[in-house]
Amino acid sequence: MTRTTRAWLLSDAPQTRRQARLGALYQGWLTFRANRLAMVGLAILVLLVLVAGFAPWIAPQNPYAQNLAQRLQPPSAQHWLGTDALGRDILSRLIFGSRITLFIVGTVALIAPVIGLFVGTVAGFAGGWVDQVLMRITDIFLAFPKLILALAFVAALGPGIGNAVLALAITSWPPYARLARAETLTIRRADYIAAARLQGAGPLRLLIGHVWPLCVSSLIVRVALDMAGIILSAAGLGFLGLGAQPPMPEWGAMISDGRSYILDFWWVAAMPGLAIFVVSLAFNLLGDGLRDVLDPRGGRE
Amino acid sequence: MVQPDMLDQPGRDGPPPAAGAPSGRAMRLGRRFAGVALSLVLTLLGLLLVTFVIGRIMPIDPVLKVVGERATQAQYDAAYQAMGLDKPIWQQFLRYMAEVLRGDFGRSISTGHAVAQDLRRVFPATLELATLGTMIGVLVGVPLGVVAAARRGGWIDQVARVVALVGYSMPIFWLGLMGLLLFYGILGWVGGPGRQGIVYDGMVPTVTGLILVDSLVAGDWAAFRDAFSHIVLPAGLLGYFSLAYISRMTRSFMLEQLSAEYVVTARVKGLSERRVIWGHAFRNILVPLVTVIALSFGSLLEGSVLTEIVFSWPGIGQYITKALLAGDMNAVLGGTVVVGTCFVALNLLSDILYRLLDPRAT
Amino acid sequence: MQNRFPLRALMLASAVALAPAGAAWAETPADTLVIAHQIDDIISLDPGQSFEFSGQDVVRNLYDRLVDIDPLDLAAGIKPSLAESWEVSEDGKTITLTMREGVKFHSGNPVRAEDAAWSLQRAVKLNKSPAFILNQFGFTAENVDERVTFDGNRLVLQLDQPYAQSYVLNCLASEVGSVVDKETVMAHAEGEDFGNAWLSTNDAGSGPFTLATWRPNEAVQLTANPDYWQGAPALARVIVRHVQESSAQRLLLEQGDVDVARNLTPTDVEGIAGNDRLKVMDELRGRILYMGLSQKDPLLSRPEMVEAMKYLIDYAGMESSFLKGQWKVHQNFLPEGYLGASDENPWTHDIEKARQILTDAGITSGTVRTIVRDIREYVDAAQTLQAAMAQVGLTLEIQQMTGAQVLDAYRARQVPVFIGEWGPDYADPHTNASTFAHNPNNADDAGLSQLAWRNSWAVPDEMNRAVEAATLEGDTDKRVQMYLDIQSQYREIAPIIPMFQKIEQVAMQQNVQNWTSGGSVSSVLYRQVTKE
Repeated sequence: MTRTTRAWLLSDAPQTRRQARLGALYQGWLTFRANRLAMVGLAILVLLVLVAGFAPWIAPQNPYAQNLAQRLQPPSAQHWLGTDALGRDILSRLIFGSRITLFIVGTVALIAPVIGLFVGTVAGFAGGWVDQVLMRITDIFLAFPKLILALAFVAALGPGIGNAVLALAITSWPPYARLARAETLTIRRADYIAAARLQGAGPLRLLIGHVWPLCVSSLIVRVALDMAGIILSAAGLGFLGLGAQPPMPEWGAMISDGRSYILDFWWVAAMPGLAIFVVSLAFNLLGDGLRDVLDPRGGRE
Repeated sequence: MVQPDMLDQPGRDGPPPAAGAPSGRAMRLGRRFAGVALSLVLTLLGLLLVTFVIGRIMPIDPVLKVVGERATQAQYDAAYQAMGLDKPIWQQFLRYMAEVLRGDFGRSISTGHAVAQDLRRVFPATLELATLGTMIGVLVGVPLGVVAAARRGGWIDQVARVVALVGYSMPIFWLGLMGLLLFYGILGWVGGPGRQGIVYDGMVPTVTGLILVDSLVAGDWAAFRDAFSHIVLPAGLLGYFSLAYISRMTRSFMLEQLSAEYVVTARVKGLSERRVIWGHAFRNILVPLVTVIALSFGSLLEGSVLTEIVFSWPGIGQYITKALLAGDMNAVLGGTVVVGTCFVALNLLSDILYRLLDPRAT
Repeated sequence: MQNRFPLRALMLASAVALAPAGAAWAETPADTLVIAHQIDDIISLDPGQSFEFSGQDVVRNLYDRLVDIDPLDLAAGIKPSLAESWEVSEDGKTITLTMREGVKFHSGNPVRAEDAAWSLQRAVKLNKSPAFILNQFGFTAENVDERVTFDGNRLVLQLDQPYAQSYVLNCLASEVGSVVDKETVMAHAEGEDFGNAWLSTNDAGSGPFTLATWRPNEAVQLTANPDYWQGAPALARVIVRHVQESSAQRLLLEQGDVDVARNLTPTDVEGIAGNDRLKVMDELRGRILYMGLSQKDPLLSRPEMVEAMKYLIDYAGMESSFLKGQWKVHQNFLPEGYLGASDENPWTHDIEKARQILTDAGITSGTVRTIVRDIREYVDAAQTLQAAMAQVGLTLEIQQMTGAQVLDAYRARQVPVFIGEWGPDYADPHTNASTFAHNPNNADDAGLSQLAWRNSWAVPDEMNRAVEAATLEGDTDKRVQMYLDIQSQYREIAPIIPMFQKIEQVAMQQNVQNWTSGGSVSSVLYRQVTKE
């Protein structure tokens, strides 16, 4: 980046709206970059995406190739992370499994906050009986044992990774809705909303143009922090046999498979556990960093 | 996997209620109470309805659990009718509601016992575990969060951060099994899976269903020690997860307060750092903190299925899950009502505390 | 496994450093037998309803039957129990049993022929899962009061056909034939339920143990009946604890907190091999792990496909890996230990042969689906098959579901490839012959429970008739030959392929003696177990 671009971005008196926006983004990036842990998180996630993208070229072996004679082998030169109960290479399975993990995380992160944002902002913005009804529904979903709800959905839709993800998304929106509503309530009476309204903006335009953008930042932070929970929830469904179908190398299902060997062949469960841990950690670090950038109330020094 | 819900922050939820004139206050309070009661009833009713509908649309056939694998079509049909499944859904729901109002949750088809009887057994097991877990979470998590905020960026803050992140990111069943292997299998410091040792099984008369309490009531110290040695590991594990959540939230609330103007003023006035932190800032985060703790407690009361499986803990999480997978809707509905009521009650409690503690809401 | 990472050793080393006292090894009370077992399948302890493995384990110890099988002396076959003797009429259709005098129920009531008659009538009228075992002899809710009668201390059964005596007695020895205390049960009857609700959670038997408590998914406690007519049990209490995970069962056993662990996985059994405080007992059980190929599926209904599938299964590979020690290759529907069982296992894993058969038939590709229950062994078996089928160009799609869902689909004849277990219902060969090799009506709406029907297999008339005839053959040697013939023909044509027979590996402390899980024909018995 040249010095001039940098100066343009950091200008105190931006000439255009675009310059202001990009400048704000760049400021945020600088803050974020200063947070070393957050950068580590970002690096891990970039790596994860690369691994997922190039899985067939990176994986040393076929993740589905069985060899009953070579089952439960400890980590070695041939199998860096050992083999599982059917003699499959754990490293290769982890590498291919990264795609599934990304799919889970991506889908849930797209669906749940969007539903939550919609319900929460509409409730907060409309007020009155709309608010009452929407919040009662949210409360019902919140009061419901979450795993039960997810289980019920999976049972209703049929087992499979796609349905498990859908169930997770459907069950995890209520907290986002509450958050979005709270944000909306603080924004609703702000002067600039009144100004926009005076200029003749309709409620829908106000909602989309003015309320949503302000709620998004705090939602993003929460989503990033929540990702670990989502991966673990998917793993939990896998543990109960309702997640990914065999022979898919979903990490949670791999741990679940390995638990019967945990006392003697620890690596079968520990390796995917470690993978989940590292990725969850990365999301948490990223979330922490994002919070500092996007959520001023988190306290910036 | 039932981790405390970190998204929820009702401390920030909604504007503080406006102060009212003293004359209309009693009436307003009464109306507010009626409103709260109404929303409570509505929530529970909705909860029941949703559960009921789920039970009916779910492609798990409850009749199969009753008649078994070898049943002929005739046996199947007889059981189907006996269970009232041939009636329209709304009739089934009304019938169910009428029974619930009479305090009858029906009979569980997966245990053969009355659901109410099952719940009296499994819920205390979960309650005991969740309470101890939350206590650990609060006693360690809150001080950790406060200190981490006070010494932001210091080593305690870093440690707290790592502790919390690990807590968020570890699969609970893995940690549970490893904990059992180490502390029970190898070190022999704690009791094994289950709530009690065999010797004490059924020896303490059931009063509350909480074995720790019951053994104290009976004055049986040996039974208490035994029960404690069994609960300490799973409770510690749940406590760790709740600690991770509580400490993070405490830290975040504290940071918000510490950057507020009154803190700056207090510091300028020369108050000791200790008084600033504990006397002023901490007092001000009590309200949202209580809400956070209540929520975390609530999510533990759902019963952590995986912890329960690993530790052979006969709690409500396992009970509901097993019932659900068998299509045993009486048990699922009963369990959901109990968990849902707890949740609503905790919500209500934090709401009341909100009004009592928050200086702005008078 | 010798070259595994020494995690346990490492942990042990650190433990020794940390704990000066070391791990304390507990011991269960000397008069109590403590068992870790998966018992969450129990839904009722009423002998007229109980039909789950662990439920029958309990029922067997609470109640006595008219005749019984002694698990410690399986070769002796049927022995007298509450009935002292019996005789069969000339025409073979009436059986008269004489009751033993002086036996008392746990309530103190005497055991009478009236109780025995009422128990059988009750089971038929309740019409719960196990009722069909009795109904096979022509009993129905309407006629059972006339067909099962008593006269003084004699019980009279009138059958609709001259069935083989062994067949009838084997059925009476099953749990549904348990004699219950009429007076006690009727005192707790609600409406028309014959005391079913009460008896589901209580006991009214005369057996060696009484029920102390049953906490579902948690524990069953039995107390010895000191006045048992065959002598008081050696141990005063039996506690069965529900422990789901094999690892947890193993830890409990290693720590001495339980005496017996019944659900250890093969790797956990291997893991305790070096522990000289423990021993492992292998016992052949009656369960058969089989693969059903639905004849509704256009591909699977081709005889060449069925033939090829028999060679695609990696019997030896599975037996020596994830099924190790707990399942043995067995390719016949009658389990070893049953009358007429065959030990011929003609098929081996032979990809080339399978490929040849398929190529000759012009099958080079195709996709089939399997719905398996979420049980480790089944899923692993399905994946092994999936890999083998891939080698000959076939695709197997695996769908994993919960038990209830799989059963639902199976009952609706919608499972193309079924992989699962079959457990015999009573100690007679007819129990398996009637389900694997008998299908009187292959119509979709027949709603039968036979495995043959569920796999849409139209069993040839000749085989149907042979199975029916075998129940009427009075001469036991001839009966054995009939079953051997049926199985030999079955192996040639049947699309429901038996693969393995269950071996239960029970791990226990060295001091536990005389344990039996009931062999292939019965369930567990605690009366004779001692601890030295």
